Amino acid sequence: MKSNAALSLSSIPGADDITRVELANGIVVLARENANSLSVTLRGYLPAGSLFDPDDKLGLADFVADALMRGTAKRQFQAIYDSLESIGASFGFSSGTHTAGFGGKSLTEDLPLMLDILNEGLRAPSFPSDQVEKLRAQLLTGLALRVQDTRDMASLHFDELVYRGHPYARPEDGNPETIGAITIDDLRGFHRKTYGPRGMVVSIVGGINAFTAVEQVRATLEDWTNPEQPASPELPAWEALPERVYKRHDIAGKSQSDLIVGTAGPPRLAPDFMAANLGNNILGRFGLMGRVGDSVREKAGLAYYAYSSLAGGTGPGAWEVAAGVNPANEQKAIDLIFEELRRFTSELVSEEELSDSKSNFIGSMPLSLESNGGVAEALLNIERYQLGMDFYRHFPGLVQSVTQEEIRAAAAKYLPVDKLAVSVAGPRRAGA
Amino acid sequence: MDVLKTTLSNGLNVLLKEIHTTPIISHWLWVRVGSRDEGSGLTGASHWVEHMQFKGTPQFPAGRLDKDISRDGGFWNAMTYIDWTAYFATMPADKIDLPMRLEADRLVNSNFDAQEVDSERTVIISERQGNENNPMFLLDEDVQQAAFDKHPYKHEVIGYTADLKSMSRDDLYHHYKRFYVPNNAVLAAAGDFDAQVMLERIRELYEAIPAGPAPARVAAEEPAPVEERRVVTKGPGETIFVKAAYRSVRATDPDFFALTVADSLLAGPSNLNMFSGGISNKTSRLYRHLVDRDLAVGVNGGLQATIDPFVYDITIVVHPERKAEEAVAALDEEIARLQDKPPKVEELTRAVKQAQALFAYGSESITNQAFWLGFAEVFDRYAWFETYLAQLAAVTPADVQRAAQTYLRPQRRVLGVYQPDGRPAGDE
Repeated sequence: MKSNAALSLSSIPGADDITRVELANGIVVLARENANSLSVTLRGYLPAGSLFDPDDKLGLADFVADALMRGTAKRQFQAIYDSLESIGASFGFSSGTHTAGFGGKSLTEDLPLMLDILNEGLRAPSFPSDQVEKLRAQLLTGLALRVQDTRDMASLHFDELVYRGHPYARPEDGNPETIGAITIDDLRGFHRKTYGPRGMVVSIVGGINAFTAVEQVRATLEDWTNPEQPASPELPAWEALPERVYKRHDIAGKSQSDLIVGTAGPPRLAPDFMAANLGNNILGRFGLMGRVGDSVREKAGLAYYAYSSLAGGTGPGAWEVAAGVNPANEQKAIDLIFEELRRFTSELVSEEELSDSKSNFIGSMPLSLESNGGVAEALLNIERYQLGMDFYRHFPGLVQSVTQEEIRAAAAKYLPVDKLAVSVAGPRRAGA
Repeated sequence: MDVLKTTLSNGLNVLLKEIHTTPIISHWLWVRVGSRDEGSGLTGASHWVEHMQFKGTPQFPAGRLDKDISRDGGFWNAMTYIDWTAYFATMPADKIDLPMRLEADRLVNSNFDAQEVDSERTVIISERQGNENNPMFLLDEDVQQAAFDKHPYKHEVIGYTADLKSMSRDDLYHHYKRFYVPNNAVLAAAGDFDAQVMLERIRELYEAIPAGPAPARVAAEEPAPVEERRVVTKGPGETIFVKAAYRSVRATDPDFFALTVADSLLAGPSNLNMFSGGISNKTSRLYRHLVDRDLAVGVNGGLQATIDPFVYDITIVVHPERKAEEAVAALDEEIARLQDKPPKVEELTRAVKQAQALFAYGSESITNQAFWLGFAEVFDRYAWFETYLAQLAAVTPADVQRAAQTYLRPQRRVLGVYQPDGRPAGDE
């Protein structure tokens, strides 16, 4: 089928159609117009993540982000959501390890309202006590469900195994004791000290002129200052596991076990990240979930899902293989996964596999940039990792340059099979 | 942009929509078969057949299909619902021919190799066991079971474990052969193509496939509900869930839109987009009456567009310090309020504006637009979708009140409670 719209560079964001402006207070604004769209997406982040949580107040950053729209100096909770929902807009804050994030979408003409809500949440949250208690009950319910969730618990214990003594071992959503102990003063104090314009990035994509979007952000947020705002905490070095470690967590009354095998992978800016990423695609993504899916699901029929993932964020995020299996098949699945990992770390991937994965990366990029949300996320990536404005246009070349040997080297470096963590959560096994 | 609609000589419905904003095409093949077509002993057959459609044909052997699609940078998947099974691929525009050839081929030529069937049996049982780990699945299954006496809507799409263990390769193959005929399918595509050129290619690929007998459906007229039913599901955990499932109406019923507005007022706007998120529901009547008053930590409603009357359900996550009965009493108060007094016109205007915004978001994605094309065609006609906003706008306050009075009576519902049995979680 011949395409009418040739796949040209013009459909991929680049230096000539991304507007980037740094405001006087340090906020970086990125904007790109999509003339075909009736709506607009607003996304961004600032350095106020769970790295700032004290050990006895784990979940504080998350609690604060969730509380920002529970009431502000200007509007009460219901008034905030009434203004958004009555026009069909959505907007919210969230928190991760390194940053707090925000995002939403509206019809184009309603962007000023989203910016107002963003501004009020960032600068004037009131943390009303009745709303804080409602939120606490919701967070505690979420934690009660987490304890019952085999995937969540396998993941929690995996992080504890892999990141002992490192901040990545700590759950971003805390635990019932710490969430129970957080006071309104803690929320206010965290907000006052860590929320500020330095390091903040805003991305706007949609049916709006980029210059107009930037000026709207300027008018709303350029006068925000916070002299107390600290630098982001230094991430301590991660120490490799000295040997293979295993943890099994029983949850009564469940039918399936979820398991994770892996360890820390390369940060996004590591020189071998692209090789690891392509390798991960071969290991557990390509087609119906790569070699792992082929072995564990397709050939052995052991699991409904089996795949690998590579976090590749600011720090050494996990590189892991995950699967959900019948409890009787746990060991069989783990053995098959290790078989694949041994092959992956010791042998070159085939030329065909590499060529397939390169085509997949290059071919799927336009699909990931189809929506306003996809482009807004791409702009944030460019800024977060300083990839360069033309990164997505150079992407095919970067992908093509990776060799089989580079993938084997990255695999061997990051996934030493005798030094991986294995975490399983599931029902108690008969006879165990 | 206009939609090209036609029917091939073998009965295949075709809907095509040109969108030239980006060089992408999304191609969908819908088969009118779902769990509503499964009789006793065959629950889960439609979903299992969907899995087998990825296991190869003589022309496209297993394992090659997914690699070919991925190599071209596309993504593809399939889903089985109570009324339909859908297969889609979204590709760079110049690569669409491969999934087109593949869909036409596997409509009639899938292998159903016996070994592959057995291997997939454990995969699907594993899928079900994963679902069983979730308290909401356990409650849903019990509520759905109690909501119907005769209609196959009573079982979950994935099917009962006993049937998944006993169904044979031939059972599945017969199910496939009975329903996978062009006169029981809809082909929908949206994206960067010339509709006439696309139609010619579809004719080349499909017209040689003969029509089959119109598939016989499971004959099960469900009697009208006469009294409230209650179920209690017990399981591990600490959190209480309540699910109220009211016998609903089919998507073609004139009252469907009044009930849609009632749902929007009670529990927030439903999102008809499969590939775009919805909006929050914190100003909905039930959120304000249950969550703002500390009886619940979350509430949601769900109205589905279905061929036969299914259920409209309201799910409540009960506050950790409250009981299920307290949440149910508050739910009943709020429903009674809508039954006793018509809503204000402004509330209806707001519901329409929300639906308009959700449409704008959904139209960003070509995959989502192609989904819309076929989805409505399966239970009605694409016109259902084209007139959706106008139909919502035509609903009056009195219509909403009447819909609440008619369909949200306790006699029409199953009230399910997930009651944690108090077993401690964690290392024992």
